[in-house]
Amino acid sequence: MPRSFLILLAAILAGCAKHESGSELVIRIGSVAPLTGPQSHLGKDNDNGVRLAASELNASNLVIGGKKARIEILSEDDQADPRTATIVAQKFVDEGVNGVIGDLNSGTSIPASKIYSDAGIPQISPSATAIAYTSQGFATAFRVITNDRQQGEALAKFAVDDLKAKSIAVIDDRTAYGQGLADEFVKDARALGANIVDREYTNDHATDFTAILTSIKGKHPDLIFYGGMDAQSGPMMRQLRNLGSQSLFLGADGSKSPEFIRLAGQSAEGAYASSPGMPVDKMPGGPEFMKKFEAKYGKIQIYSPYSYDATMVMVEAMKKAGSAEPSKYLPWLSKVEWNGVTGPISFDAKGDIKRSTVTLYRVANGAWKAIN
Amino acid sequence: MEIFLQQLVNGIVLGSIYSLVALGYTLVYGIMGLINFAHGDVVMIGAMVTLTVIRLLSGSGLPGPLVVLCGLGAAIPFCMMTGYLMERIAYRPLRNAPRLAPLITAIGVSILLQNVAMLIWGREYLSFPQLLPAHAFPFLGASISFIQILIVAGSGIMMACLSILIRKTRLGNAMRAASQNAEVATLMGVEVNSVISITFMLGSALAAVAGMMVSAYYGIAHYDMGFLLGLKAFTAAVLGGIGNMEGAMLGGLLLGIIESMGAGYLGTLTNGAMGSNYQDVFAFFVLILVLIFRPSGLLGERVGERP
Amino acid sequence: MKTLAKYAIPAAILCILPFLIDAAFGKTWVRIVDFALLYVMLALGLNIVVGFAGLLDLGYVAFFAVGAYLYALLASPHFGLHLPFWLVLPLGAFAAGLFGILLGAPTLRLRGDYLAIVTLGFGEIIRIFLNNLNAPYNITGGPQGIDLIDPVRLGPWSFGHSVYAYYFLFLFFVLFTAFVSTRLQHSRIGRAWIAIREDEIAAEAMGIDTRNVKLLAFAMGASFGGLSGGLFAGFEGFVSPESFNLMESVMILCMVVLGGMGHIRGVIFGAILLSVLPEALRYVGPLQQSVFGRIYIDPSSLRMLLFGLALILVMLMRPAGLWPSPTRKRELSAKGETARHENTNVYDAGR
Repeated sequence: MPRSFLILLAAILAGCAKHESGSELVIRIGSVAPLTGPQSHLGKDNDNGVRLAASELNASNLVIGGKKARIEILSEDDQADPRTATIVAQKFVDEGVNGVIGDLNSGTSIPASKIYSDAGIPQISPSATAIAYTSQGFATAFRVITNDRQQGEALAKFAVDDLKAKSIAVIDDRTAYGQGLADEFVKDARALGANIVDREYTNDHATDFTAILTSIKGKHPDLIFYGGMDAQSGPMMRQLRNLGSQSLFLGADGSKSPEFIRLAGQSAEGAYASSPGMPVDKMPGGPEFMKKFEAKYGKIQIYSPYSYDATMVMVEAMKKAGSAEPSKYLPWLSKVEWNGVTGPISFDAKGDIKRSTVTLYRVANGAWKAIN
Repeated sequence: MEIFLQQLVNGIVLGSIYSLVALGYTLVYGIMGLINFAHGDVVMIGAMVTLTVIRLLSGSGLPGPLVVLCGLGAAIPFCMMTGYLMERIAYRPLRNAPRLAPLITAIGVSILLQNVAMLIWGREYLSFPQLLPAHAFPFLGASISFIQILIVAGSGIMMACLSILIRKTRLGNAMRAASQNAEVATLMGVEVNSVISITFMLGSALAAVAGMMVSAYYGIAHYDMGFLLGLKAFTAAVLGGIGNMEGAMLGGLLLGIIESMGAGYLGTLTNGAMGSNYQDVFAFFVLILVLIFRPSGLLGERVGERP
Repeated sequence: MKTLAKYAIPAAILCILPFLIDAAFGKTWVRIVDFALLYVMLALGLNIVVGFAGLLDLGYVAFFAVGAYLYALLASPHFGLHLPFWLVLPLGAFAAGLFGILLGAPTLRLRGDYLAIVTLGFGEIIRIFLNNLNAPYNITGGPQGIDLIDPVRLGPWSFGHSVYAYYFLFLFFVLFTAFVSTRLQHSRIGRAWIAIREDEIAAEAMGIDTRNVKLLAFAMGASFGGLSGGLFAGFEGFVSPESFNLMESVMILCMVVLGGMGHIRGVIFGAILLSVLPEALRYVGPLQQSVFGRIYIDPSSLRMLLFGLALILVMLMRPAGLWPSPTRKRELSAKGETARHENTNVYDAGR
């Protein structure tokens, strides 16, 4: 009895995994992001971007290889945890998805990319910025966002050329994100002729920065750069000003949030930070996207325009290839050119976006304002 | 020189907070021989409750320091209750169990408190509004802020009060008796159970004050802020000699200064090979070194070893 | 005939299990079971230290990290070394064992609660060093970790990323560790550990060299952790310090405590239960969404909440675990002489 039951079960599951239903081509795209936990607001935002793209494509009478096609989105939660990300990747491979949009973080995208690469399934991350993600030599890993090297370069250029900083102190939070970015920044700032007078460290749970800030204050830098998240940079900014230091403060995308201003209070005024890409209202298709998105899902967090574009690019490659088979459309992904909401998208040999943009912001009157 | 002085000031302020929390460990350990792992999380609860009250009163137009005092006034009884319940539910039933048992429940209580706090107050970092005057006084080139003075003075006063309580009052006598020998104390008419409850509540009250101080000083509160703070305070207690009140104060101050100086000067000393990235290691190294070379701590009797 | 049935039937079930799971739930669950097997090894290793010898180790994940990083360093493009698996794995276990002795030697004189904090500190120190040893010389890759680690390879045959191959490999090592644990438990050493756990002074008086015997417990437990770590690195292909945080140590401890300290079957049961639990909890989020229309408790925080509660409740209600060993249960609920002795111990503790 149990054996026949299992065979039956297997047969049913096998039936489910079949892609075609009638004459319609069903394209299954996996969307993975942290849907629960501290980053769930960002994760849902990414997922909604993918869903918006899918619903528009489905409404647009999508034809691939002469066949009418319909897109189906499978959403999974990676809890921002590397091990869970590999389990989700395995799940997508099992289910035979045609492509994957995700993960949100670098720490999850990297281990998962190995599994997608083995299975030959293209993966486009809308928001992973670590250099390692596309430098592993996997043909299946792409991203539509500026990576840390590009961002570090832009930040260093801004600090040295625009803010005229000659002596710079650098702090990072010893996470993959913060340390990677800070190292790139140091390299580029040195190349531009700035003097790195101090390198200090903290961690992503720290609340006390007085010791390292006192050390930095003793070296009188023109500017302090912090690679890390707002939960640290906010209080850090406040403690810096309380110590009586007037050095300029520059953060990266981890600091460019309302949270930073809330935590730093009055001290936030005049702080600088960067963000990959550009503000939604400055994107070529931004205002229109915002209207469509907000009518359906509410406010845009950060990366939904990117996950939207990632989906669009993937389907565009399928159209060009005339097939949704990963092996058929993968070669087209590196050739395709697409005018997305976030700007023109095309990939280099590694899978990074060719035309990268970084926008710089400054806190004025309690809000982030784009400068340039 | 002024940087050295500033680091010293930072260290003393941090050390005062460690001392205050270390006293909680020492009090409980002195009476029960139990390391209350969850003590650091009581500090966190203190900070959270203070903040909640401050937010409620933020629109009332009361002067800042008064609002903070109100917050503290709510946090102290709340933490005392947490301490009481903790002892009643998780430790008392295990008083006669093997040593491993209360230790494991203590870890459980710590995890539980953190996660309950996360459910109540969320995962975000909460910002402590600038209610206390922020101006700083110059002192030989270093600057000392009002709140730093408040922390050092406040914890000094609290410790002095505690010291008097333990040495001069009936309750203090009972506590000392219970810590010498619980069975004999019972025979002499001491209510050991209530003495233990009161000890927990006293430690928790100190933790509440420390919680307010930490979040006001750093401008932030978070559900996992207590754990590492607790571990370091414990280290301070061991450094000074656990079970010994003066030891806890001395250990706290020393550890605060060691951490500040270490983070400030390790980079220069090792020529950049090691730096402030090893800040959190110092406490653990101190702990291991003390336990190896002087398990009794600086001022204590030999208690670190197995009986 | 009877012994044949006793061994053949479980063996057959274990052999076809991954295929059944794949057929019923997909390869994803085979991967989850693979991870569960790694945790079983970890829990068995910790059980030697906590369950047998009664030494509370809160930094056990450090040994897991040592094994994983050694494998990663010796079999990846990081240093350009690609040593074979059969060499690296024992080396990792050995190195972890060495670290166990390194930690144990100075701290074993300490009483249980001190030992707990020192081991916790040790675990954090190892993690902090792994996280920072990328400068001035890049040894561990720092926060970026080490990627592109060689998969396990036996002769010409690479395991690649086949979840089945790893299942059988891990199963082999789990059976090995379980076998060693069982044999140890009933050996002279095992009895010495239990004697120390129950009463160290008496054990010493009976002529047990408590110091060496305790060191051996630490070294054995640690080398199991190292073994598991090496397998983890080969399986995942990527290691970074964030996988070896304090909460992992607590989770492994939970497995041992919940299953039943000192009881091998109980510990295996606890490890499987707790490593599958998070996967089951994944469905709690959508469930809350559909029932209440919003998510009140995140599955990840629910997991930690349950861990905390489990530690307290198990200690209060079932101190010998969900599946206690018959003897341990008797000892822990002892009312007579043993309990009295423990009682005085708590109050007199070296004062």
